[in-house]
Amino acid sequence: MRTGFLFLILFVGIAAARAEQKNPAPPDSSALEWNSPDQSPRRLALELAAGNAAEGYQVHDGFWSGTLAKSEPILIELYLFAGNDYRFSAANLDFQSQLTISIFDAWGFPAGSEYTGNSSCSTAGISVIRSGRYFIRILMTEGDKADTCVLYSYK
Amino acid sequence: MPFKFLRTASLLALGLRFGSLEGQEPLTAEQMRNAIFLETVSTPTPGEFFLALDKQCQPNWSKLLRPVVPSATADREHIAMELGMLVADGFMAIEAQDGQSVKNTSRDILVAAKKLNVSQQIVTRGQSISDFADSNDWRRLREELDAMQNDIRLSLLEQKDSPLVILAMAGSWVRQMEMASHLLSADENPSSSSLLSQPEVAARILARVESLPENFKKRPLVQKLTEGLQSTSSLMAESKSSLSPSAVRNIAATMSAITASVADTSSKK
Repeated sequence: MRTGFLFLILFVGIAAARAEQKNPAPPDSSALEWNSPDQSPRRLALELAAGNAAEGYQVHDGFWSGTLAKSEPILIELYLFAGNDYRFSAANLDFQSQLTISIFDAWGFPAGSEYTGNSSCSTAGISVIRSGRYFIRILMTEGDKADTCVLYSYK
Repeated sequence: MPFKFLRTASLLALGLRFGSLEGQEPLTAEQMRNAIFLETVSTPTPGEFFLALDKQCQPNWSKLLRPVVPSATADREHIAMELGMLVADGFMAIEAQDGQSVKNTSRDILVAAKKLNVSQQIVTRGQSISDFADSNDWRRLREELDAMQNDIRLSLLEQKDSPLVILAMAGSWVRQMEMASHLLSADENPSSSSLLSQPEVAARILARVESLPENFKKRPLVQKLTEGLQSTSSLMAESKSSLSPSAVRNIAATMSAITASVADTSSKK
């Protein structure tokens, strides 16, 4: 009975989402670059990050963007605060590619959790216990070369 | 049958979501040394900092808000630092959930940006901030103020005013440190001071200020800023993760002195 009710909610949600696709809301010209008409890695990364908004995450308006080649990861230095939760979102337009985000602490040891993706859109998260320097690594494990964007949200 | 499929898919998604760290090799010292440092990504925003501070200290943000008196100076380095400080004030007003203060600060940011010829690019941000403040949408206010700060930065870079970008960034950080150090000097929880200790950020900002063109470095305000950053950077580097109460008081005094210099337009040139 309960399972049936849960799936009913799920189907209503899907139906509502489809209706919204047919009748898209008027563009909101305010925050960030949500309404950029072109498909870009940044727009995809923003869309990915926007999925965290329901959980209270806010998107930071800074990003790294560049060409990522297979097996040639980039490493970005960051400063994160104890008590905050962070989620990193990376995306590119080569849908055959696979991106992986990894988080490392100040000593270079793996940190973080909540890894998702392993496709052309990936996320990783961390609940920071110790304030300080961290690193995120974005690695393309499948694909050739693609313009990629990475940004983060926090709460 | 479809239900079973959906359930399996959900479990798979959960498995991915909480995937383990197995198989990840630690970074080498060389890799960490060569990591990319981007101001817009690697330098924390006032929003992140105040949010963390709020969780640890639950300060009375309303009491910390200061009445801002826009300076009458035409000195661009003064205005740039003031702009950075105003952005930090705006984030503080968001923490205080004081919509009117957020709107006032946003207006002052626009006035300061106009003096630096970058107001056109951020007028719409100002309107959005006003709308979000009216609807008490604090999350989107943080995002919008962050975006406004970035727009100002990009506009200054476009008009080849990169020294002003550095000074605005320094101004914002000085104001954050000033507020936090005053708060933490009254806080008895020593672990809270770990938020204030940001040796890497201090060192990066100091390096950027020291790389300013000579004509900027000769200005009294920039000299005062450099001295303050040098002493703060050393204090933070020495104490590593936790600052002593006297170090916190020292930082508070240093940062307040820089803020006072920015407000004191008579000391220009």
